Amino acid sequence: MAFKQHSVLPGFGLSLGYTLLYLSIIVLLPLTALVVKSSDLTWPAFWAAVADPRVIATYKVTFGASALAATLNLFAGLLLAWVLVRYPFPGKRLIDALVDLPFALPTAVAGIALATLYAPNGWLGQYLEPLGIKVAFTPLGIVVALTFVTLPFVVRTVQPVLQDLEHELEEAAASLGATRWQIFWKVILPMLLPALLTGFALAFARAVGEYGSVIFIAGNMPFVSEITPLMIISKLEQYDYLGATAIAVVMLGVSFALLFIINGLQWWSAKRLGRRK
Amino acid sequence: MAGAINNTPRSVVTTESRPVRYLLTGLALLFVGLFLVIPLLSVFVEALRQGWKLYLAALVEPDALSAIKLTLLVAVISVPLNLVFGVAAAWAIAKFEFRGKSLLITLIDLPFSVSPVVAGLIYVLLFGAQGWWGPWLSDNDVKVIFAVPGIVLATVFVTFPFVARELIPLMEAQGSDEEQAAMVLGASGWQTFWRVTLPNIKWGLLYGVILANARAMGEFGAVSVVSGHIRGLTNTVPLHVEILYNEYNFVGAFACASILALLALVTLAAKSYVEWRSARLALEDQRNALNDQ
Repeated sequence: MAFKQHSVLPGFGLSLGYTLLYLSIIVLLPLTALVVKSSDLTWPAFWAAVADPRVIATYKVTFGASALAATLNLFAGLLLAWVLVRYPFPGKRLIDALVDLPFALPTAVAGIALATLYAPNGWLGQYLEPLGIKVAFTPLGIVVALTFVTLPFVVRTVQPVLQDLEHELEEAAASLGATRWQIFWKVILPMLLPALLTGFALAFARAVGEYGSVIFIAGNMPFVSEITPLMIISKLEQYDYLGATAIAVVMLGVSFALLFIINGLQWWSAKRLGRRK
Repeated sequence: MAGAINNTPRSVVTTESRPVRYLLTGLALLFVGLFLVIPLLSVFVEALRQGWKLYLAALVEPDALSAIKLTLLVAVISVPLNLVFGVAAAWAIAKFEFRGKSLLITLIDLPFSVSPVVAGLIYVLLFGAQGWWGPWLSDNDVKVIFAVPGIVLATVFVTFPFVARELIPLMEAQGSDEEQAAMVLGASGWQTFWRVTLPNIKWGLLYGVILANARAMGEFGAVSVVSGHIRGLTNTVPLHVEILYNEYNFVGAFACASILALLALVTLAAKSYVEWRSARLALEDQRNALNDQ
């Protein structure tokens, strides 16, 4: 097979060449530099940098908080998508547009707003404080910030699938005697599953790397509420470039693994929906 | 992209009872209120807490002004760079069949999955004092890290995929029949692009630019690593917000944050408008196709 199929349109060499050149300069070369730089470290030194107890604690906080935030958004996102697609209510367009706010609002702004709201004397914090719930400057604050930042993912992956779902399937199930709950559980949910998982994985991947919104509300206490991206920054501030590089390589590895999983999920999603048509 | 919204009632067997509907809608609105509306409102309330005078004073202060200028400069450079790249990549990927295409698409999406902090770090490793080209750069008196070029590079990285990923599916769906017709009728390659392709993709292009611009002006993590936080020189608005906040200058921090929040609202409005326009165009196309038959 030839590299490229014949076409009458011009500009293939120019556009592909420019794409590859620009991609290499901006993305591939710098990422390669990261991996090459980490090879300056011997294995024991690399291991000491990435398996330091304080760094291990940041993995637990980062992955734990990201999983919690993504799970919360799995339910809230399904609920929001469901209500937006199926129920009429006033102000729906506005709410629909507002769902994308976390993508449009700079993370630092979200960070200081949430930190102020959930501080013990803040709008929301003052009601939570008497209940013994501390949000700001605790790991719970990290979950709140990550929930905000990743809120749109599940909604926006589930919404189009729910929109295209055929009424006939539900009508058929109803006419065969299924209750509404059975229809949701056995007909609708299996159709939504790939989209739900894709949204969850996208939210999780974004949450793991998030920095700006988290650092203001987290309090950044070692072993308690430090996230992994912050470790990279603090290593850099101590001019420990190799230490920062080692942790960054671990994070990059996680990003690649998640990207691989997300691609697989999207392929599964496309296949499942394609078969129904 | 948000799906089209319909408000048509559904048949009785395919919807829930009224109390359940009200309960679910109420829960969804509560969640939106708690997680989106209140944080957004709080930015403006905190900014205006001590009145308009202090609010305006915080915005026209020299460090704030230079941060605003730098943010605009960075967006003006990085968005067009990614715009040209996005069009070139979409042309190659959508109009031609070649091997390794899906790998290329994955690589283009890569910056979205890389943590912003890692994105900043990779440029420090290349251009920083300890980096590959650091010694050469300092010999020739070129500053990249802790200077504007580094901020631009980091911003280009984090906004890299926006235009391309908007255009690729759009141009793939449109196919290349119209371009082929133009070529057969004697148009040159550039004429075909300017007169046939560009009008077809303009709304998708605008959509990608709006999103890339919002991210470029608001990026924090990547820029924070490469900027060096030099007041009046290498502070963008988000970094300026951080400094003021950490100095307990809350009015100043929220005043600058409120400009970014306004930018976010403008972005959402523009995005909704573009979605509405392109949905209407698609509908018109469908109607025309039906009339032709």
